[in-house]
Amino acid sequence: MPHSYPALSAEQKKELCDIALRIVAPGKGILAADESVGSMAKRLSQIGVENTEENRRQYRQVLFSADDRVKKCIGGVIFFHETLYQKDDNGVPFVRTIQDKGIVVGIKVDKGVVPLAGTNGETTTQGLDGLSERCAQYKKDGADFAKWRCVLKISERTPSALAILENANVLARYASICQQNGIVPIVEPEILPDGDHDLKRCQYVTEKVLAAVYKALSDHHVYLEGTLLKPNMVTPGHACPIKYSPEEIAMATVTALRRTVPPAVPGVTFLSGGQSEEEASLNLNAINRCPLPRPWALTFSYGRALQASALNAWRGQRDNAEAATEEFIKRAEVNGLAAQGKYEGSGEDGGAAAQSLYIANHAY
Amino acid sequence: MAHRFPALTPDQKKELSEIAQRIVANGKGILAADESVGTMGNRLQRIKVENTEENRRQFREILFTVDNSINKSIGGVILFHETLYQKDSQGKLFRNILKEKGIVVGIKLDQGGAPLAGTNKETTIQGLDGLSERCAQYKKEGVDFGKWRAVLRIDDQCPSSLAIQENANALARYASICQQNGLVPIVEPEVLPDGSHDLEHCQYVTEKVLAAVYKALNDHHVYLEGTLLKPNMVTAGHACTKKYTPQQVAMATVTALHRTVPAAVPGICFLSGGMSEEDATLNLNAINLCPLPKPWKLSFSYGRALQASALDAWHGKAANKKATQDAFMKRAVANCQAAQGQYVHTGSSGAAATQSLFTASYTY
Repeated sequence: MPHSYPALSAEQKKELCDIALRIVAPGKGILAADESVGSMAKRLSQIGVENTEENRRQYRQVLFSADDRVKKCIGGVIFFHETLYQKDDNGVPFVRTIQDKGIVVGIKVDKGVVPLAGTNGETTTQGLDGLSERCAQYKKDGADFAKWRCVLKISERTPSALAILENANVLARYASICQQNGIVPIVEPEILPDGDHDLKRCQYVTEKVLAAVYKALSDHHVYLEGTLLKPNMVTPGHACPIKYSPEEIAMATVTALRRTVPPAVPGVTFLSGGQSEEEASLNLNAINRCPLPRPWALTFSYGRALQASALNAWRGQRDNAEAATEEFIKRAEVNGLAAQGKYEGSGEDGGAAAQSLYIANHAY
Repeated sequence: MAHRFPALTPDQKKELSEIAQRIVANGKGILAADESVGTMGNRLQRIKVENTEENRRQFREILFTVDNSINKSIGGVILFHETLYQKDSQGKLFRNILKEKGIVVGIKLDQGGAPLAGTNKETTIQGLDGLSERCAQYKKEGVDFGKWRAVLRIDDQCPSSLAIQENANALARYASICQQNGLVPIVEPEVLPDGSHDLEHCQYVTEKVLAAVYKALNDHHVYLEGTLLKPNMVTAGHACTKKYTPQQVAMATVTALHRTVPAAVPGICFLSGGMSEEDATLNLNAINLCPLPKPWKLSFSYGRALQASALDAWHGKAANKKATQDAFMKRAVANCQAAQGQYVHTGSSGAAATQSLFTASYTY
């Protein structure tokens, strides 16, 4: 083995580490507001609103005009490229509004999925070309972290060894390039919930995927203390007939993470996938009450699970803006509590009842 | 990916994880008394004692018949094959004496090194042939854990990718076979201290080696909660001109582990390599005082560092039995304190003095 060639200086490491810790400070999580133009089309069509740049701007304004109550529960916001350069009605750039609240600005940098030939519909993610230059520019424009989403799916013969290897590798290249430019990479290896597989199968696959991701990050000399992980929670497939409690999901999720994610990683910010707002909060809460030792922060990086009610309340009408913002603040606060295991639920069995559902000797 | 095929039942997992936790509970560590006949020859030659089976038996008898309170410091003892079948002067099996003290009995399972052709004198380890049957037999005879030592060295072009890969793979095969037979595998990937490299280089190599080991363990479906790790501490090479404090050794060591060892591993029991008894204790103490998060127990699996004074006191004479036992007990107690960060070096100004030597913002 040749002598090591340090990828980062001590100052660079410190900067990255500090940014990561700020984002996942106790009680804080991430608002994923980085829906691409195509994804926004789906969201807006559901509330009968036309997908124009102005409507997208107005909608993000609803979220970003939330008052100081979000300071204690939102540590970072992920932007889409277009949004990074948009302004509010008073001409104030969104980036500045967010930074002024002490919230870290992030940017989606991947360019979507592309097929892996010879596989059963599997994909990798593109976006590495010119990524270093793009990161340098984003850093100048106010972004301190980035996000890159890889996608894997569970079926009879997937995820294949190739899909796991290729996606882990591309995530590691992206992470390495980000760090060279002072940007904390959020590493997102999402295993889709589509399918009828049970909880155990998802746990097994998640462990294999995460082991590959962390081996790749090590191979690419990525500084783990200056990264965040954005994984799926371990859940059964959508079409699985067996129902599981939040405690079972929590136990499977934390077990999988304990077996694969080194303690050096400062925080794990779960994606919400197809979960409802309440489900995503209850599961996060159960995860933070799980009796297994958890050396990283366990918090949220939610898109739909933070915005569904707000979107519904807004429906494209300026008059509804304030009420919509309130809906968002409400979910943000709930998830801030869930990230500390302090959410008592929306009125049904309180925390105490839920805790007793942990099966102490369940071997995962 | 094929459906998973569980390697272990919940009951098997429970048994393995309980054994592992018992060995490292409450600051306890391991006495590595598994010196092969050849290695015992080296030890005995230094005190001018002939290397006969009887002499080896006598020395081990003195160690194992020490006062029962040894069980507060020693959770496990690793034996060599011959010793597993030896008895004390009353005809009582050593392994039963240990078990009655509540100490877990372990066995060295590897069969020494074999060269890797085409490398710069690197090796892999033999011992996989018939290993399952050997493990099953040892388990019947009261053994509950195994040990297998892989060796890597730092030199020009070393450790090579092949050496890292091959040793990680052999360790994972051994671990898998042990668990199938109810034995907790101690995984030992020793990076030798020979050479003139500095602390930073040892840290870099240790991180690469451990990342490969844990990827291999994952690939081989090894149940991490039912394993222990026996690594080198991160130190400069013996011939390095720069000197480092125990705090620097501790920070480099814990940082490396922090970046590679999943929290699911219950305990890390360091080897002492060529360290003096006192250095091995001071370093372990500093490691336990290191301010980084440490989700695993950090303890000892010492051979020379527990027995050097005892051997000296013995000099092959039965009359020296008490002095020998006192010397051994003293080191055992000291290391148990160190494993809890409570060791006070007689002659120094106490724990407070050592604690303040940590450089809080040192980035590795």
